[in-house]
Amino acid sequence: MTGSRAVVLSLVASSLASLGLVALYVIGGNPQAEGILLGLALGGLGAAFVIWSITLLDAPVEVEERHPLRSDGAKPSTAEAREAGDVTRRTFLTRLLLGAGGLLAAALAIPVLSLGPQPGRSLFRTAWSAGARLAGPDGAPIRPDDLVLDSVRTVFPQDRVGTADAATLLIRVRPEDLRLPAERAAWAPGGVIGYSKICTHAGCPVGLYRAQDHALLCPCHQSTFDVLEGARPTSGPAARPLPQLPITVDEEGYLVAMSDFPEPIGPSFWDVTHDA
Amino acid sequence: MLDWLDERLGIADWARTGLRKVFPDHWTFLLGEIALFCFVILLATGVFLTLFYVPDTTGVVYDGPYRPLQGQAVSAAYRSVMQISFEVRAGLLMRQIHHWAALLFVAAIVVHMLRIFFSGAFRRPREINWLVGISMLLLALAMGLTGYSLPDDLLSGTGLRIVYSVVISIPFIGPYIAFLLFGGEFPTATIVSRLFVLHVMLLPALIIGLITVHLAILVRQKHTQWSGPGRTEHNVVGRAFWPAQAFRSTGLLLLTAAVLALMGGLLQINPIWTYGPFDATTVSAPAQPDWYLGWLDGALRLFPPIEFTLLGVTLPSPFIPGVLLPGVAFGIMTLWPFIEARLTGDHREHHLLERPRDAPLRTAVGVAALLVFVLLTLAAGNDVAAVIFNIGVETLTNAMRVAVLVLPPLGALMAYRLCGELRRREGDPRPDVVRLRRTEDGGFEEVE
Repeated sequence: MTGSRAVVLSLVASSLASLGLVALYVIGGNPQAEGILLGLALGGLGAAFVIWSITLLDAPVEVEERHPLRSDGAKPSTAEAREAGDVTRRTFLTRLLLGAGGLLAAALAIPVLSLGPQPGRSLFRTAWSAGARLAGPDGAPIRPDDLVLDSVRTVFPQDRVGTADAATLLIRVRPEDLRLPAERAAWAPGGVIGYSKICTHAGCPVGLYRAQDHALLCPCHQSTFDVLEGARPTSGPAARPLPQLPITVDEEGYLVAMSDFPEPIGPSFWDVTHDA
Repeated sequence: MLDWLDERLGIADWARTGLRKVFPDHWTFLLGEIALFCFVILLATGVFLTLFYVPDTTGVVYDGPYRPLQGQAVSAAYRSVMQISFEVRAGLLMRQIHHWAALLFVAAIVVHMLRIFFSGAFRRPREINWLVGISMLLLALAMGLTGYSLPDDLLSGTGLRIVYSVVISIPFIGPYIAFLLFGGEFPTATIVSRLFVLHVMLLPALIIGLITVHLAILVRQKHTQWSGPGRTEHNVVGRAFWPAQAFRSTGLLLLTAAVLALMGGLLQINPIWTYGPFDATTVSAPAQPDWYLGWLDGALRLFPPIEFTLLGVTLPSPFIPGVLLPGVAFGIMTLWPFIEARLTGDHREHHLLERPRDAPLRTAVGVAALLVFVLLTLAAGNDVAAVIFNIGVETLTNAMRVAVLVLPPLGALMAYRLCGELRRREGDPRPDVVRLRRTEDGGFEEVE
């Protein structure tokens, strides 16, 4: 096949595909067919250009000389510069100019601070407070017996359902299996234990529970936490345990928080160990 | 017509010189062009998408044609991307071309950069263009990250949350920077509209500016070329821009667009309807970022669970893999032309390219860096690989931790030796031959 014939063929194919594209659009469209026709329309045209340049264009190899990049004409010598004016005065003025420019830049940069609030104590607190009832996504309060053994569910303070930093995993295990520190012994009534759902590594929701070894897993970076031992990290990159929510049962038999989490939830930051 | 223009602008001489600019002919010189053409395609498809996209996280109820999500609370941003995908005619095609073009854009930049690196094209006088190129790579990554997050789906929202966590891990200033960037504690209502402004205005403007500088410097300094008959440090041998190169480049632009159109039509990418809308308290598994951020995600996965607290100051575990590692990596990359000139003492101008074997040290460093990148990228898929190969993810993570420390130096050593071997054999094309003779009692002896 000669070059000009191949070019003609490519251009005809491209034109047909373009017409097809218009027709397809009119009758309703279909992503796959659109992709194929657009690909053919563009590809035919592209092939025509390439074949044309290879077979039909008479383009000789040319040699272009390089020239030195540095400009002609030497820099003015220091002697000339000295003649041109009073060096001390010029240096002084230049420095003053730079200083004024720098201060202006700083003044203009200050409004960047309007972009967001100061963190303050917000990273240390969540929406939990003493007496807040634990509720599922539907807002219904929960009794310990609502939970099946070895099941897990996500709970929030009843009046702040869906608040991201308050998301808590509620798991029911056998009370005698728990190996919690002594001061937290009363935080898990009837084996119902609550941990922050926000991973202490990079903040992903710790979405997976492996009941056979009571492990919580984060799907983002595979950090694993032991539910029975206060959510101690057992593998993966997380270094801090998931904070535990102090839970008790109120007089109506519903699960309530005794307080906010005792430590910051989620990923660490430089002053994470500072107490409130 | 041309006369009419020239009488008013006086550009005929200038255009004649420009059209006769010589382009050396080698396929590796097309990589940068592919990156440029991807950017053109990104602008075209991106403008189309911008006409429909709504940068707003206000909650709405989805009532479009996609049944599984009907009646569900989603953000206006998510709903608009669903509309682009299911209701706007050719919208899904444009969206998928845009996403594939973004992946190819970064890939073409990276491969182009590898060519520049391994052939020593960054050496004097081209250090400035190397710096411009690194800046564009960083901007392209920022473009990818900001664009990826706009649909406000569950997967990209999780990605954004990891970015937030990495930012707050920076000692002393992290929480402040994160609150300024996101407008408060994650998740915020403002972040999507901020990413949108960056993605469609600031970042593209910067990239267009830098492309202009990149090409202007290229024209001023002229192309590098591989050595060959008639090619010296003082000339450029190739074909003139008009007509040969112009035709080929136009063809390449159209063919790049054709491949992306086929991919956009036939290969599904980022199906946000299967991920669902973003909800800060749920997560999908497995979760992998786009390919060019995989190495950082892999680094986060592999880094051991270490968090120091010294004098009340904690160094959070994501800081080293998430901030320090990319900082050091991009720092070395940026300064490499100057580091290499210092190491070799070679400050002369170079216009002829070197083969990797001609610069064994550079090649070894490049191979090590490439291995780190590849291994960390693989590590970002450790959960998927664990399922495929039926190994525990913990075992796999530990094996990858060892591999990422051991293999890069080993690879560098092998590359260094291979360079020497290749160069040694150039003088003597015959392979090493040892003659053996079988002795009568069954042994062997070497014959000289």
